[in-house]
Amino acid sequence: MTAMRRFFAGGWLTAYAFLYIVFLYLPVIFLPIFSINTAPTPKFPLTGYTLKWYEDLPKTPALLDAAWNSLIVGVSASVLATLLGILAARSITRYRYPGRRTINGLIMAPLVLPEIILAISMLLVMLQLGLSLSLFTVVLGHVLICIPYSMTVLTAGFEGFDRSLEEASADLGESAFGTFRRVTLPMVAPAIISSLLVCFTISLDEFVIAFFLTGTETTLPIYIWGQLRFAAKLPGVLALGTLLLVASFVLMTVAEILRRRAARRTQNEGGLYA
Amino acid sequence: MPEPTQAERPQTDRAMIEIRSVTRSYGAFKALDDATLTIREGEFFSLLGPSGCGKTTLLRMIAGFDNPTSGSISVGGQSMEGIPANRRPTNMVFQSYAIFPHLNVEQNVAYGLKRLKLGGTEETRRVEEALAQVSLTGLGKRLATELSGGQRQRVALARALVMRPKVLLLDEPLSALDKKLREQMQVELRRLQQAVGITFVLVTHDQYEALAMSDRIAVMFGGKIAQVASPKEIYQRPVNRQVADFLGGMNFVKAEIVEENAASLVVDTLGFGRVRTDKPKAFVRNGGGATLGIRPERLRVLWDNATAKFEVAGKVVERHYFGEITHLIVEIPGLEKPLSVTETNDFGADDIPVGTSIRLAYDPEALVAMAD
Repeated sequence: MTAMRRFFAGGWLTAYAFLYIVFLYLPVIFLPIFSINTAPTPKFPLTGYTLKWYEDLPKTPALLDAAWNSLIVGVSASVLATLLGILAARSITRYRYPGRRTINGLIMAPLVLPEIILAISMLLVMLQLGLSLSLFTVVLGHVLICIPYSMTVLTAGFEGFDRSLEEASADLGESAFGTFRRVTLPMVAPAIISSLLVCFTISLDEFVIAFFLTGTETTLPIYIWGQLRFAAKLPGVLALGTLLLVASFVLMTVAEILRRRAARRTQNEGGLYA
Repeated sequence: MPEPTQAERPQTDRAMIEIRSVTRSYGAFKALDDATLTIREGEFFSLLGPSGCGKTTLLRMIAGFDNPTSGSISVGGQSMEGIPANRRPTNMVFQSYAIFPHLNVEQNVAYGLKRLKLGGTEETRRVEEALAQVSLTGLGKRLATELSGGQRQRVALARALVMRPKVLLLDEPLSALDKKLREQMQVELRRLQQAVGITFVLVTHDQYEALAMSDRIAVMFGGKIAQVASPKEIYQRPVNRQVADFLGGMNFVKAEIVEENAASLVVDTLGFGRVRTDKPKAFVRNGGGATLGIRPERLRVLWDNATAKFEVAGKVVERHYFGEITHLIVEIPGLEKPLSVTETNDFGADDIPVGTSIRLAYDPEALVAMAD
């Protein structure tokens, strides 16, 4: 009886879990499938295998410009957001002061604000300040939405960073700079790299804010949106989308591995004596 | 671990650490209040007290992580004023051990040696030697995360000892270990100290730890040093009720001073009658009253018709069994509080029924006078 019940319970659960995954990933699977199909329209049955849509990508100057812009925006936004994130995360994990939780909450808030509202508000502010729209304004917008993610990754990495580690280093004769180089930096480096990767990925994929805040230059998501008006360009968009998908997936996986490693390092130390 | 040394390492009377009128204030609060103390070369010295008594503050000031608000500290005859932690001849074993989690055991132990630029072979030799001292030979390649609590503690010890400091500072090093391991490490730490001959300064709130390991103990309360003496003297001749209480169970009996001279006191008590005791060095008379103290294990049950020169009679009101010992609560006519008596179980103290009238023997030497 129990075996049978377990089988049914297990069976239903397995089916549910399977459907869940299908729901999450089926749409994503279509992208690579149609990107290697010979027909220019995304329809079943598939007509044949080709890589020509991929081969055409580097031959499109507008696309290369957009990719270059995305790279500039992504690198600038991730570096800036991570720098600001380091300062905030260090303060929140290291010191105890009134309003600490409120400040943390306020920093995390952009995560749940509707992006379009954020984008419109930022547009208004930029125009009021007399800034002309450019990649620079996009970078500012991306820094704003990246900081919460950066904070999440960095606080996990810094949390439990036992201050006595730095004291132990000084006690063993190391100078302040030497302590930073030999203890502090190696301890938090995985979290910092993880934060950079997460922010870069978010900036790379972000559409709404970039759309509102950019001037004449386009980023990759904006380029893709523009291409969607032309049916003939669709396979190229699918190929590009697939590449972006793979890049995001790889970057996020590496970031997550590093984040866990950083958290394990510090928390193993702190956790034991809590 | 090295073989236990039967004869205790002879100590010199030379001062290793001198603490002169050191005060550390945080605003109006004084974490340490005018502490003066000399710790001798080669001594195992403990700072004992409840949390917040200033013992850790003092240790951190010796290490250089904190500075006195006033007063001075010198180590090895050299003033520590203005000398940062990384240039002091002291090394510390942290309460959290502070093992570098991104380095393996060997790299942790070699951390401080790197700066000395000893060269590869000499460095390896010293790391090996330090690991051997703490019985960690062969575990050099392990990561900190792969070690047990006891092993981490040994790494922290080796990492400090390898620097050959003049003074090793230990901040509650055993508090994270379970009871059995803690007792084993107490013995090992003491042996290690005797073997290397370095001055050890231990901070602890565990009186048994301090008694078991130290040559001398400073008992601290509320930022002040209450008593500095050998474990035996601290336990048997506490200067006041606070110290007596902190070091374990003590029966307190009210007494009236009848006679006082330079060396002795004669007091009248209700339970113990008229008693002559040695006058403690720190005894300062405060009115006509005093308190007599006696440890529970210094009261012995008198069986059948046995008699003793000094005895008190009473009635057992409670009995608590603790395996190797039994704790009896005995009401004595005239005493406001019943006496605690700790008796070993070899003669059947665990079978004495509650309500039995018994007599207790004591040695007047075991009675200690304390000012009220």
